[in-house]
Amino acid sequence: MTLKLPLYMDHAATTRTDPRVVEAMLPYFSEKFGNSASRNHKFGWDAEDAVDHAREQAATLIGADAKEIIWTSGSTESNNLAVKGAAHMYAKSGEGSQQRGHIITALHEHKAILDPCKRLQREGFDVTFLTPPPDGVITRAMVEAAMRSDTILVTIMWANNEIGTINEVPEIGALCHERDVIFHTDATQWVGKMPTDVERDNIDLLSWSGHKIYGPKGAGALYVRRRKPRVRLEAILDGGGHERGMRSGTLNVTGIVGFGMACEICGNEMDADRERLFRLRRLMETELSSRLDEVQINGHFERRLPHLTNMSFGYVEGESLLMGIKDIACSSGSACTSASLEPSYVLKSLGVGDELAHSSLRLSLGRWTTEEEVRYTIDAIVKSVNHLRTLSPLWDLFKEGVDISKIQWQTH
Amino acid sequence: MAYSEKVIDHYNAPRNVGSFGASKEVAQRKDIGVGIVGAPECGDVMQLHIKVNDRGVIEDAKFKCFGCGSAIASSSLATEWIKGKTIDEAMAIKNTQIVEELSLPPVKIHCSVLAEDSIRTAIADYKKKNAIGADAPSTTSAAASR
Repeated sequence: MTLKLPLYMDHAATTRTDPRVVEAMLPYFSEKFGNSASRNHKFGWDAEDAVDHAREQAATLIGADAKEIIWTSGSTESNNLAVKGAAHMYAKSGEGSQQRGHIITALHEHKAILDPCKRLQREGFDVTFLTPPPDGVITRAMVEAAMRSDTILVTIMWANNEIGTINEVPEIGALCHERDVIFHTDATQWVGKMPTDVERDNIDLLSWSGHKIYGPKGAGALYVRRRKPRVRLEAILDGGGHERGMRSGTLNVTGIVGFGMACEICGNEMDADRERLFRLRRLMETELSSRLDEVQINGHFERRLPHLTNMSFGYVEGESLLMGIKDIACSSGSACTSASLEPSYVLKSLGVGDELAHSSLRLSLGRWTTEEEVRYTIDAIVKSVNHLRTLSPLWDLFKEGVDISKIQWQTH
Repeated sequence: MAYSEKVIDHYNAPRNVGSFGASKEVAQRKDIGVGIVGAPECGDVMQLHIKVNDRGVIEDAKFKCFGCGSAIASSSLATEWIKGKTIDEAMAIKNTQIVEELSLPPVKIHCSVLAEDSIRTAIADYKKKNAIGADAPSTTSAAASR
């Protein structure tokens, strides 16, 4: 079989919509186009039935009740609703005051958590941003040490989007329940790939997104626990009072149908997918580490998502590496394109040196990734790294035995 | 972000890659000027070696670059432009000419600035070694100051 180029190795960014998902969605663009809030005719009933069915599918995937699923436009919205909605609902004092409550999160969370937290800081909440250890894993003990009597919310992602490291989410959830603190997790990279049970795992609020799990873009969900404890949120969008008043707006019926179908397929296939992708990733990491010197795998080696790897290739700049493997779609921690020239804040927060952050590549495999594609990727990376090292003055200095960190560089 | 054809060409077939010896050797050679600019933590380091004859003409130039495609292209182009020029002529090369030649977008202008800096630093190093001109810029190469 010949490879179809370019190859897609960026499934942590987004995924192709599964054809079975597209198939399920199609009628809701055409003959079943109704508004699920139309209570008095068949068009509306059909749409409502479809939304209810999708709610069951989504709830089943995470061990929740269908009533606990709130539809959103994606994880960014789910995170905003969870973090701001919980903070405002459980605030110790009103708008305009200070010391309204304490929130715990971590420095390597997604911007869709960090930025809402920063906004809450400006509104009078205290936020602790935990610094992750070099392996990237946030533990129960770290959260426990940051807990205060006025802590109202903990938000810790399940798995990190850049390095795939897995935080101690069930343990942190248990801690929060002992202390009567609301616990939210951004599970965008986790749900659909890894077994999830909001009861067993002690989750109060959980965000996830359709397009990361082979569903459509623009469809997301927030799980909101209804009992022990019953979690309440202040809405961000005001309007028709849809979704138990937490998220007004006509439902994206086609997207929701696709989201539900994507959840059902993931539930059925994730175990097999996970095993297969783990083997392919291991192949990639072992081959690259044996064929190239100075390769580093970033983040905790064991506690990582099985389909994702973040590797640094010493003395090679990431963006030029991407240019050298232009047939392969993936991403780099080098932010050479950004005006700030700052490399990945996630890798920086782990204390990976800036130069290794600039040298990093994130490769994430998915449902249709083949061994042939992985082998092609390995060969392309080896070739490109070797080429770029012939160009790299740092590689020469390293080979001469010069300690590059001891050089007085002229930063700019 | 799309790269210009010229950037891609320099990336795929960089001109004058290499050096005139290890860092310790070239530091001793009076006919070689060394310029190392940038920093690994900023994501780009350029190294330029120039070989200057006794008439002050840059006979040969070699570069190495750790950086994005635009940085590699800027330094590759710089070696092409300075070869055969006198050191005074080479000093007159401006980063804006590199930007224009390679159609660099605004976020990549710093690559051209580094290339200009590498030329100036290499020439300053050559002048310092040969005690030419009291007005030689005082910026020494990064490698020399370690």
